[in-house]
Amino acid sequence: MPDNYDDPRGGLATPRPGQEHFVAEVDEGGLGAVDAVKSDSAPSSFWRDAWREMRGRWLFWVSAAIILLVVLVAAFPGWFTSLDPRLDCELTESLGGPEPGHPFGFDKQGCDIYTRTIYGARASVLVGIMSTTMVVLVGAVMGSIAGYYGKWFDTILSRVTDIFFAIPLVLAAIVIMSVTPNRTAFIVALVLALFGWPQIARITRGTVMSVKNNEFVTAARSLGMSRGRILRRHVLPNASAPIIVYATVALGQFIVAEASLSFLGIGLPPSVVSWGGDINQYQQAIRTAPEIILYPAGGLALTVLGFMMMGDVVRDALDPKARKR
Amino acid sequence: MLSYLGRRILQLIPVFLGATLLLYAMVFLRPGDPIAALGGERGLPEATQEAIRAEYNLDKPFIVQYLLFLRGVVTLDFGVDFRGREITEVIANAFPVTMQLALMALVIEAVFGIGFGLIAGLRKGKFFDGTVMVLSLTLIAVPTFVLGFIMQIVVGVNLGWLPVTVGNNPDFVSLLMPAIVLAGTSFAYVLRLTRTSVAENSTADYVRTARARGLGRYQVTTRHVLRNSLIPVVTFIGADLGALMSGSIITEGIFNIHGVGGTLYDAITRGESVTVVAMTTVLVVVYIAANLLVDLLYAALDPRIRYA
Amino acid sequence: MTTQFPVTNAGTGDDGLAPVDPSKPLLEIKDLEISFTTAVGTVNAVRGANITVYPGQSVAIVGESGSGKSTTAAAIIDLLPGTGKVTGGSIVFDGRELVGAPAAENEALRGREIGMVPQDPMSNLNPVWRIGTQVTEALKANGFKGSKAELNERIAAVLNEAGLPDAERRAKQYPHEFSGGMRQRALIGIGLASRPKLLIADEPTSALDVTVQRQILDHLGTMTQDLGTAVLFITHDLGLAAERAEHLVVMFKGRVVESGPAQQILADPQHPYTKRLVAAAPSLASRRIQVAHEGGQAPTELVHRAEGGQTGDVVVARNLTKVFDIRGSLFGGSTEFKAVDDVSFRLGRGKTLALVGESGSGKSTAANMVLGLLEPTSGAVEFDGVDIAGLSPQEAFRFRRRIQPVFQNPYGSLDPMFSIFRSIEEPLELHREGSRKQREKRVRELLDMVSLPASAMRRFPNELSGGQRQRIAIARALALNPEVVVLDEAVSALDVLVQAQILELLGKLQDELGLSYLFITHDLAVVRQIADDVVVMQTGKVVEQATTDEVFDNPQQQYTRDLLAAIPGAGLEGVELAG
Repeated sequence: MPDNYDDPRGGLATPRPGQEHFVAEVDEGGLGAVDAVKSDSAPSSFWRDAWREMRGRWLFWVSAAIILLVVLVAAFPGWFTSLDPRLDCELTESLGGPEPGHPFGFDKQGCDIYTRTIYGARASVLVGIMSTTMVVLVGAVMGSIAGYYGKWFDTILSRVTDIFFAIPLVLAAIVIMSVTPNRTAFIVALVLALFGWPQIARITRGTVMSVKNNEFVTAARSLGMSRGRILRRHVLPNASAPIIVYATVALGQFIVAEASLSFLGIGLPPSVVSWGGDINQYQQAIRTAPEIILYPAGGLALTVLGFMMMGDVVRDALDPKARKR
Repeated sequence: MLSYLGRRILQLIPVFLGATLLLYAMVFLRPGDPIAALGGERGLPEATQEAIRAEYNLDKPFIVQYLLFLRGVVTLDFGVDFRGREITEVIANAFPVTMQLALMALVIEAVFGIGFGLIAGLRKGKFFDGTVMVLSLTLIAVPTFVLGFIMQIVVGVNLGWLPVTVGNNPDFVSLLMPAIVLAGTSFAYVLRLTRTSVAENSTADYVRTARARGLGRYQVTTRHVLRNSLIPVVTFIGADLGALMSGSIITEGIFNIHGVGGTLYDAITRGESVTVVAMTTVLVVVYIAANLLVDLLYAALDPRIRYA
Repeated sequence: MTTQFPVTNAGTGDDGLAPVDPSKPLLEIKDLEISFTTAVGTVNAVRGANITVYPGQSVAIVGESGSGKSTTAAAIIDLLPGTGKVTGGSIVFDGRELVGAPAAENEALRGREIGMVPQDPMSNLNPVWRIGTQVTEALKANGFKGSKAELNERIAAVLNEAGLPDAERRAKQYPHEFSGGMRQRALIGIGLASRPKLLIADEPTSALDVTVQRQILDHLGTMTQDLGTAVLFITHDLGLAAERAEHLVVMFKGRVVESGPAQQILADPQHPYTKRLVAAAPSLASRRIQVAHEGGQAPTELVHRAEGGQTGDVVVARNLTKVFDIRGSLFGGSTEFKAVDDVSFRLGRGKTLALVGESGSGKSTAANMVLGLLEPTSGAVEFDGVDIAGLSPQEAFRFRRRIQPVFQNPYGSLDPMFSIFRSIEEPLELHREGSRKQREKRVRELLDMVSLPASAMRRFPNELSGGQRQRIAIARALALNPEVVVLDEAVSALDVLVQAQILELLGKLQDELGLSYLFITHDLAVVRQIADDVVVMQTGKVVEQATTDEVFDNPQQQYTRDLLAAIPGAGLEGVELAG
């Protein structure tokens, strides 16, 4: 204690007004045992908490409804239309307006636009799901190995992702698709995945690195648990939230990318009904019938919006910062 | 600072080599023969094909081809394309307009993205925030080409405010609509990033402490909240320059702009492999340079990593 | 002790020190009610609080986390976080009512009349602005008008006063170039820059190393004394509060349960909660033990002494050294960093050995080597007479069950995805202990051992408090019947009462199970209560090594004496303690 500090306890026999010794009455409830376990609520796991958070938001229900609808349309287009998108075309109906049974009218070839829009969903959803699956599998495996084991693998992966990052996704896809002779949905998905995985690898690597510094991982190590088992049982489940969020958003981005390629004529071939291809086809009539482009474009935008909104909701629900600790 | 710059450039060399090798391999190690496909249905005479192969070193082993190509990159001499034009000249003609377009888009996304993002972030959870968030998602969900057509029809044809296409004489006014379209998706991302960053920084301890020392709301918002939120946003915007330039393939197609995108798309459809590789290489260089610039900006914005 | 700089009143005359009537309260809080709106409804954070502060006086609000002490302080400067709102009562400062006053008026008050020193110096300075710039802000916002030269002079004076020598150079530096203690000095300087009448110090040193804490508090005391500034301390440490303030306000769950002269509260607490707090505060408890010990009595409460019976050393660390390579840049070389330097100690069977040191002392690195998680660069760890470096993989696996850790952070030590049952069962499952049924029985047993109901096993970590999680972590560590438990700052992050409870539990378990503890801590006060032997470490080296009594009675090294002096309440000579 410095000498010039007045002894705060000396000499003040009578406290000043407002500072008399005050003792509150003991609460009726008592003080309670120190640190008692609450027993009134049901147990709640991380996922159950996230679900409770999500189901309270209207955005979740809207996006879930959109996704469900789009997936149903993609899987069972026959439930929504009885016509065939390629065969039931009458050139006499070319660019005809809406009429009963044909709510969106006809395109230049006289095909029913409503039917084509319905059938176009499949290509988008298929490519989106396939490339997302591939990206998540490859990216998560690469990222978690690099993040968890580190060393030379991490160095190599970092350099490789740097290289892939230097080539923008759409540019790379355009170059590679333009020289690919046999363009199926699977090939398109593969090409998109080839340039999409480094992103998720990087995210996974970062999350895994931060999770592995947790004390529960050290505790597992001091139990003698093997590294592989720690990775599977403790690290990956805790690193899954950002991967799920990114996958939802990436699905939307892949659908846009596929549509862009098809729009440029180097995605899916014209024999496959796709929104991107139809937009490309309909734009030729943009001066005479500008509104028909809105149908495939609307389907595309609605689908992507559904996944993007879901990504937002899921991120809010899984964000550790927004949750109670 | 200089040693930091030098180190970063050295680190970027392998990235450049890897990326160009990857591109080169994608174009030339593909199934099928690019030269045989040149002459259309009937194909070119065998002798002509051989001559072309020799001219473009395609008769040599792949790695030699690549090294010769690298020499071309370093000496800024990409040779001539299949139509006999100097590729360097083709690139030089195409780049200025695309650069202008991309920079305009960059300014648009930065100004509006940061502006709206700041307001949304400060009013997190309020009506404005919710509306802006859903609208920004919608903007991300609508592909560039759809946005382009809608703009052409509404702003160009129906309202007649801006020219519908650009053509041979690009100027600021005619490039405005393409720039807005090109900026669309990135604008939404900048907005969302700014909003998250602002919302997070608003509750930071140092912001509260700044208010406790008597600073007014405006000063706290600009000097502390916004200033610190800009760090990740600037990183994104800088790195976006490369993406905007390659994204111009679609925008330039819609608005009939004779820039990098248009030329590249033309070269792709004609099978001008040499031109494709040369142009994409330049795009990769722009991308890497933009990232280097971001690194330097980052160091300027965040003193913690200066000279790191 | 730090060098004291003369406190200058340099500046432009506007030093905010208008004469105040010392007999009239400077701050009078009456029946203050504060509530927060949350998803589940309204939470009353502060209920009917009364606090009075006179000019130039030091008052402390004492309470645990969630007691409403920081919320009360935030309300004074109108900076309640989130949805917080004053819903009743009044705050009168210097004759003016602050509740319901226009925001601009309260803003004008901040900095100029009421300063603040925040809790965590690491996060309270904006990393992108120079220290000098942040001082300038404080000066300009509070009416400083002067030339550039005058401003620079004033900035230097502010930093100098706060105990930062070479102020002109310091002003040009960024926060990341400062140590924690230096940052806190800068924040104190900023808080007092405009000569406020009241300074709110919210746990101003709890994030700093113990020896630095004392220096900073001393400096703060001197400075406010010289300036005549009243100080409102917010703290969880009753010993610190009593030492630094003349008037104490004890808060619990949003209510003021007891207030009055510090001496009186310490000597004769009336409210049951205050009684508990006085009994449990480690700084006071360790003092009480020391007083009893010096009086030749056996300490009666909280102190734990292992019962004899067993002999021999279970863990022997011989000349442990650990060198880390700090990777330089891509082309730069790497530098070596000696985290642990030739450290030797012995942990007796059934005993508690404390490794004491501040951050960077290498105590946790040493503990990780004992746990076999980190390989020593040189030296050896012997467990039960066997060098653990020479174990085969099977032997190493069997060794694991004999020594288990409990870590500091109750939020990081349990996997949030695992239910409590799975967390405690995991070691049993991994080591193939019994059938699933038997394992469940064992989990119940373990929960009972740490005084938690069996119903807790269906819950998840995020539903439990810090203390409860720490008890789960102890249960998990004990699942395999280990002989040694390494407690790495295991009670440091807990509230006072919970800390006392866990310490008591650890003592009980040691008696029942014959455990040996390696207790890693920075807090000598806690050591007094639990350890038999002490190893004091500083920058990787052992400074002093002796029994706990010897260390407290007769410390040999200056560093040990500094650590002892840093225990709050060490200055409470002659104060009669209740209990």
